[in-house]
Amino acid sequence: MSFTKDTVSNQQNLPRISGAEAVIRSFLAAGVDTLFGYPGGSIIPVYDALYDYRDQLNHILVRHEQCALHAAQGYARATGRTGVCIVTSGPGATNTVTGLADAMLDSTPVVLVSGQVGSSFLGTDAFQEVNFLEITQSVTKWNCQVKRAQDIPEAIAKAFYIASSGRPGPVVIDITKDAQVGMMDFKYEPVRFIRSYQPHVEIDTDQIMEAARLINFSRKPMALIGQGVILGGAEQELREFLEKSGIPAASTLLGLSALPSDHPQYVGMLGMHGNYGPNIKNRDCDLLIAIGMRFDDRVTGDSTKFGINAKVIHLEIDPAEINKLIYADVAILGDVKQTLPLLTEKIAPAEHTAWIEEFRACDHIEHEEVIAPAIEPRGAHLRMGEVVDAVSKQFPDAILVTDVGQQQMFASRYFRYRQTRSVITSGGLGTMGFGLPAAIGAKIGAPQREVCLFVGDGGLQMSLQELGTIYQSQVGVKIILLNNGYLGMVRQWQELFYDRRYSFTELTNPDFELVAKANRIPYRCVEHHEELNEAVATMLQTEGAYLLEVRVEREENVFPMVPAGMPVHDVRLE
Amino acid sequence: MEKEFIITIFSENKVGLLSQITTVFTHRNINIESLTTSESAIEGIHKYTVIVKNDADRVANLVKQIEKKIDVLKVFCYTPNEVVLQELALYKVQRSRNVEELVRRHNVRILEIHDDYIVLEKTGHKEEIRELYHMLEPFGIYQLVCSGQVAIIKSRRELLDEYLAYVEKRRREQIAENKE
Repeated sequence: MSFTKDTVSNQQNLPRISGAEAVIRSFLAAGVDTLFGYPGGSIIPVYDALYDYRDQLNHILVRHEQCALHAAQGYARATGRTGVCIVTSGPGATNTVTGLADAMLDSTPVVLVSGQVGSSFLGTDAFQEVNFLEITQSVTKWNCQVKRAQDIPEAIAKAFYIASSGRPGPVVIDITKDAQVGMMDFKYEPVRFIRSYQPHVEIDTDQIMEAARLINFSRKPMALIGQGVILGGAEQELREFLEKSGIPAASTLLGLSALPSDHPQYVGMLGMHGNYGPNIKNRDCDLLIAIGMRFDDRVTGDSTKFGINAKVIHLEIDPAEINKLIYADVAILGDVKQTLPLLTEKIAPAEHTAWIEEFRACDHIEHEEVIAPAIEPRGAHLRMGEVVDAVSKQFPDAILVTDVGQQQMFASRYFRYRQTRSVITSGGLGTMGFGLPAAIGAKIGAPQREVCLFVGDGGLQMSLQELGTIYQSQVGVKIILLNNGYLGMVRQWQELFYDRRYSFTELTNPDFELVAKANRIPYRCVEHHEELNEAVATMLQTEGAYLLEVRVEREENVFPMVPAGMPVHDVRLE
Repeated sequence: MEKEFIITIFSENKVGLLSQITTVFTHRNINIESLTTSESAIEGIHKYTVIVKNDADRVANLVKQIEKKIDVLKVFCYTPNEVVLQELALYKVQRSRNVEELVRRHNVRILEIHDDYIVLEKTGHKEEIRELYHMLEPFGIYQLVCSGQVAIIKSRRELLDEYLAYVEKRRREQIAENKE
């Protein structure tokens, strides 16, 4: 058999190249334009091959492999394309685990090629050998090891297909050094079929009919928008569904920007620090229409009380999410890009003006009690919400990238979104240190857009070394450092639930001006209300990267807040 | 309410797949009562039989999580009355006249006879195996090993074949789409 195959190969005049070069050429064939990576012993052959393709592939040299993953995530989330990383074996590989886990929980398509020791050394505890397949088993959508050069193109083709189809996720291809060095006849064919993997689902029209019936009879329905809308590119289909049904819509953290913030039916963000209306009205709802979301506990609070008076329609691509946390009265499996229009077609046009007014009344309360004091504070100190508001006004079309913690919540609450794919944040894993590298990836993926990163003093220092990447690769990220000298979110919990025992949440920080200077990044620090707008304007006018440090009130809390494990209608405004 | 479920998993025969599957159990904190694995009747397809005791909802979720693994073809879940379950046990027992009588009465095979012990083989339900153990106990059991349970479904429908036929149809459609 192999003889026949080889003959065919020869007839086709396939180029004979190394496995390492096959990696690069497979990337190119898969449409890759950018790599995030870090070289090392077991991946040197791939880097050597890359040397000849520098004009076709933009390689970003990060400063830590975890950040290669986060940058690839930022790139993927900004562009909708699969992010790609290359790292070496052993520590290079293990450093990526947090990034893989983050991509897994947030359904981000990423392909990671890791070097591995030569196949004859496998299992001998060789230098920089780890069992990377075993380690990444539970944080990847798929992984595989390649030990022969000729198997590389197919493995990479499979990786791109799996990472980007169905519910996206991270894929690891672990390539032994001898496979990189070995010679092969190169041929790349995209994979579109895997026997054991059938992401396509037949849409159940009975379920669509039943969902339409529930919607038509519902008096107080609410749509819950998840990232599935953005991943499926179904923003327009969502609008058509909402505009025909008249249903108010709230968004999860990762669903933000699927619908513009000023859409008349948009009622805000769900969840622990979401808006008052969608949380408090959860109890009054008689129908929840979950669109590409997975009922994370930060969204549902006490899941036994979530939508307690409501039936649930769940539109979802991943069968394993159906009935996982919230029972679905009607489950519509499939890509929302396909299922939403079918549902829209079957529902009767309706308006829910009075019901939406109830949300607006909640907005009014929230504005008086929370938003106005946050964005127009009376006290001497700058507050986080105020800074987010000021930046959002001057950067109306920016991609918002956040780190994790208080700034993440303030930023997602007070930033306004006009176009899709405008929020990049670590949702499921809540990875501090995500922000800076993700912003780098986002800016590289979408150079035409402004990228504004909100990051705390704790989170910035978790990936501070990436300022070096920003300088080396000249990445024009606008960094807004909200410095309160605390790990603010943990401090808030300590204040509210641990009797103000601030155990190891106070930070003694470096001089961020010197840090910026050391990395040759323009810098400014503001401390007073009256400097803010002008400082943001300076940042806007400055070409390239910028670090704006804002010294904010030290002990500010994020509200509204649903205390962990409580029903969402127990949302607290203070 | 905890009940017994028999989960049969069909997968591609790929290195590391067993650990992929067991990871799902660990991650969802579900204990495996019994696990057996071997090639299935179809070449290239591996079969795992896993027995768990848990509540139906959690098992249903578990099944979907296993099926989500890329190299897993299909997962089926049964209750004990939907399948015929058998397990094989080997007993190493001290030789005595009484043991030999027991052997005749209980349809047990003798595999080996040594001067001081005999090796017995019993195939049956878990309960039967335990029952024999208790009967042999007074005579001195040196060792007992059990195979873990295997299951065959009572239904005449070959669910895996139906699934493979569906997949083949999809593959043809895919080729047709690509040609367009």
